[in-house]
Amino acid sequence: MFSPTRRKVLKALLFGGTAIAAPSALYAAEYGRGEGMPWSPFRGQPPYYGTVEASFFTPAERGAVAAICARLIPSDDGPGASDADVVTFIDRQMASFYGRGQHWYMQGPFLEGTATQGYQSEHPPAQLYRHALVALDTYCRDAYEAGFAELSEDRQDAVLKGLDEEEITFEKISAKTFFDLILKNTIEGFFADPIYGGNRDMVAWRYIGFPGTRYDYRDFVGHNGARIQLEPVSLMGRPGWSSP
Amino acid sequence: MAKQLSGVDVVLVGFGWTGAIYAEKLTDAGLDVLALERGPWRDTTKDFATTFAQDELRYYWRHGMFQEAAQSTVTFRNNSAQTALPMRSWGSFLPGNGVGGSGVHWNGQTYRFLPSDFVAKSHNEERYGPLPEGMTIQDYGVTYEELEPHFDYFEKICGICGKAGNLNGNIVAGGNPFEGPRSDEYPNPPMEMTFSQDRFEAAARNVGLNPFPVPSANMSRAYVNPLGLQLAPCTYCGFCEKHGCGNYSKSSPQTTIIPALMKRPNFALRTDSEVLSIEKSADGSRTTGVTYVDTSGESFFQPADIVVLCAYPLENTRLMLLSQIGEPYDPRSGEGVVGKNYCYQVMSGATVFFDKEYTNGFVGAGALGMAVDDYNGDNFDHSGLGFIGGGYIACYTTNARPIESHPVPDGVPGWGSEWKQAVQANFLKTASVGVHGASMAHRSNYLDLDPTYTDRHGRPLLRMTFDFTLNDRRLSAHLTPVAEEIARGMGGREVVVGERKGSYDSVPYQTTHNTGGTIMGTDPQTSVCNRYCQSWDLPNLFVAGAGLFPQNAGYNPTDTVGALAYWSVDAIISKYLSQPGPLVQA
Repeated sequence: MFSPTRRKVLKALLFGGTAIAAPSALYAAEYGRGEGMPWSPFRGQPPYYGTVEASFFTPAERGAVAAICARLIPSDDGPGASDADVVTFIDRQMASFYGRGQHWYMQGPFLEGTATQGYQSEHPPAQLYRHALVALDTYCRDAYEAGFAELSEDRQDAVLKGLDEEEITFEKISAKTFFDLILKNTIEGFFADPIYGGNRDMVAWRYIGFPGTRYDYRDFVGHNGARIQLEPVSLMGRPGWSSP
Repeated sequence: MAKQLSGVDVVLVGFGWTGAIYAEKLTDAGLDVLALERGPWRDTTKDFATTFAQDELRYYWRHGMFQEAAQSTVTFRNNSAQTALPMRSWGSFLPGNGVGGSGVHWNGQTYRFLPSDFVAKSHNEERYGPLPEGMTIQDYGVTYEELEPHFDYFEKICGICGKAGNLNGNIVAGGNPFEGPRSDEYPNPPMEMTFSQDRFEAAARNVGLNPFPVPSANMSRAYVNPLGLQLAPCTYCGFCEKHGCGNYSKSSPQTTIIPALMKRPNFALRTDSEVLSIEKSADGSRTTGVTYVDTSGESFFQPADIVVLCAYPLENTRLMLLSQIGEPYDPRSGEGVVGKNYCYQVMSGATVFFDKEYTNGFVGAGALGMAVDDYNGDNFDHSGLGFIGGGYIACYTTNARPIESHPVPDGVPGWGSEWKQAVQANFLKTASVGVHGASMAHRSNYLDLDPTYTDRHGRPLLRMTFDFTLNDRRLSAHLTPVAEEIARGMGGREVVVGERKGSYDSVPYQTTHNTGGTIMGTDPQTSVCNRYCQSWDLPNLFVAGAGLFPQNAGYNPTDTVGALAYWSVDAIISKYLSQPGPLVQA
């Protein structure tokens, strides 16, 4: 990051006095001293996590998650989670730092908290999905002799309602925590930029009229309540901008 | 054993807004200044360029620029009878991380507190009699008049866009008639408003209120600040709060101070350097510097003649408690000071759903809004109301980022076809009128060290004990109907009111306006710092940030945080350096 000349200067400064030690990561982490803003080519950090193929779910888990998403945001007069390929979004997320809870505080003890204390499961998101999907499968097979994905839409809705309203509970984990998490992730996958695998072809943005990642609306500030119709744009552009 | 480094004149703990402010003024005065920042370097081209800045999932939902809870979080409970549990991922507030701190991902709503906010205790007692039992509000020890030049300077550094309502005591049409006297007009004109603000303005005037443009750190035109740094006109992209601005249109440490600072030979910044404790001399009379750890886990002792705490308020409080500086607050006796008077913000509002008109919320900016101040602070008579303080009521159009912003009318289920179709029908047709309520200090709301949970270095996490108080609830119950009345006058199909109900919930995002814990005041028995933001205990330790607020006003904190930093650094340069020691005799 820094020029050799600068390193030399720094070393001279630092090791001039023998009793003084240098911070180990100094060269990568010290800025200033009249050098101006640091800049070197290709430093930009474009999005990465969740933008490349990655998988956490087994085929059976993936089928169940896809079926749940399809009822949370159904395909009807307009596109739903299936059209947006939300399951691919969630699968990639579970395979990334998010699924592992890598940025979360996951030290114990794990106690049951009040509603105002938020997520307190000892399982990071991906593991919560895994445990909950086993419990959900057991529940569905006990009650209907079939897995969630094989149930009729009405039955699926009834099961999801049961989870949401805490009428169906699981033994070892909170069914409600799982329901809240998968609903949140489904909404994320429906509306996030298509680079993350969901919102395929920007179907969700087109459906609600969101123009996406444009960054200059100065010509539209004085819209005065009129509709603004703009084709959406994603971080990777839009169909027709690049060859197929 | 920490390795000993060579000494500097000043070490700054944390490098966001206040770190940049202290560094700029102290290096300008010729001192050798070193800033230690726990997080990484951040700048526009590397971290939020326009080619990838508009990414709701990465920056908000995956916390791209916030402190990682894995690194450090707080434990939370509503009251001291409960067991505090860690916030395992952030919710209600989002502390920043890295160079620029929360100043990178703020909206830019830049209000001055009212003159009466700085003397909240004496002013309210004089007008309304004794305060209720348990309410521990205090005066700042510094007045609005003393801070005015520093507000003015910070607003010029930022290029704030607004319209003065009180110029040297003369009320000016179009501005906020309730504001304290300003010595100068805003450096830039207000932003151009959209449909929702026009409707709000008309509706507010119609019920006899005094709407004014929200003072904005999103530029209404190109601007060059006193340090020669340039800002570009805001493009209303709708990715402000929780995001960095790729367009150099939002004032931040990066856009308004840091580039000038980085050219100075007497300034250095070390990133990925987390301060573990503030060290004291053997006799406990002064600080000798700080101990920090870098990403390799190696620890260092950095000697300094002056230490300034410039981290987020919650971390400043924790560092003082961990370093055993000042008496920790004890809620049972009411004695002690560090961790005292933790306050927040009391939010409520009303959403307007239009039928024919499109509000087009994606044409937005973080501080694009019209507000009324008729119900803020002591701008109205509180006799017989049973509460003090107030809040502004505003109609902002900040964004239509769809994961976050997809309001539906009352009675719509939370998922399924009906929900999806309601989202589609209303997505481009909503406006909101929000109440930004003050939070008055109470004896039972405080910060201390958690007895159970520790960070990755084995140090106790900070424990937050907080719930909305009776004053908060009455305030909110009085102001929310005003917001509703304005909302009903805006010509929509229906209005949904979001009241402030139940206990404080740490999960849904509210605001990153955590205040108190290192409060300033007039008496070492009841405050951590004196009127110059100098520690009562260690005269060469200064504290910055909203932790200084003895209670939170009905405004966003940043303008007052900036003014207090300039006021304090001015005192260091003009008073302290020639005669190092306490600037106020206890």
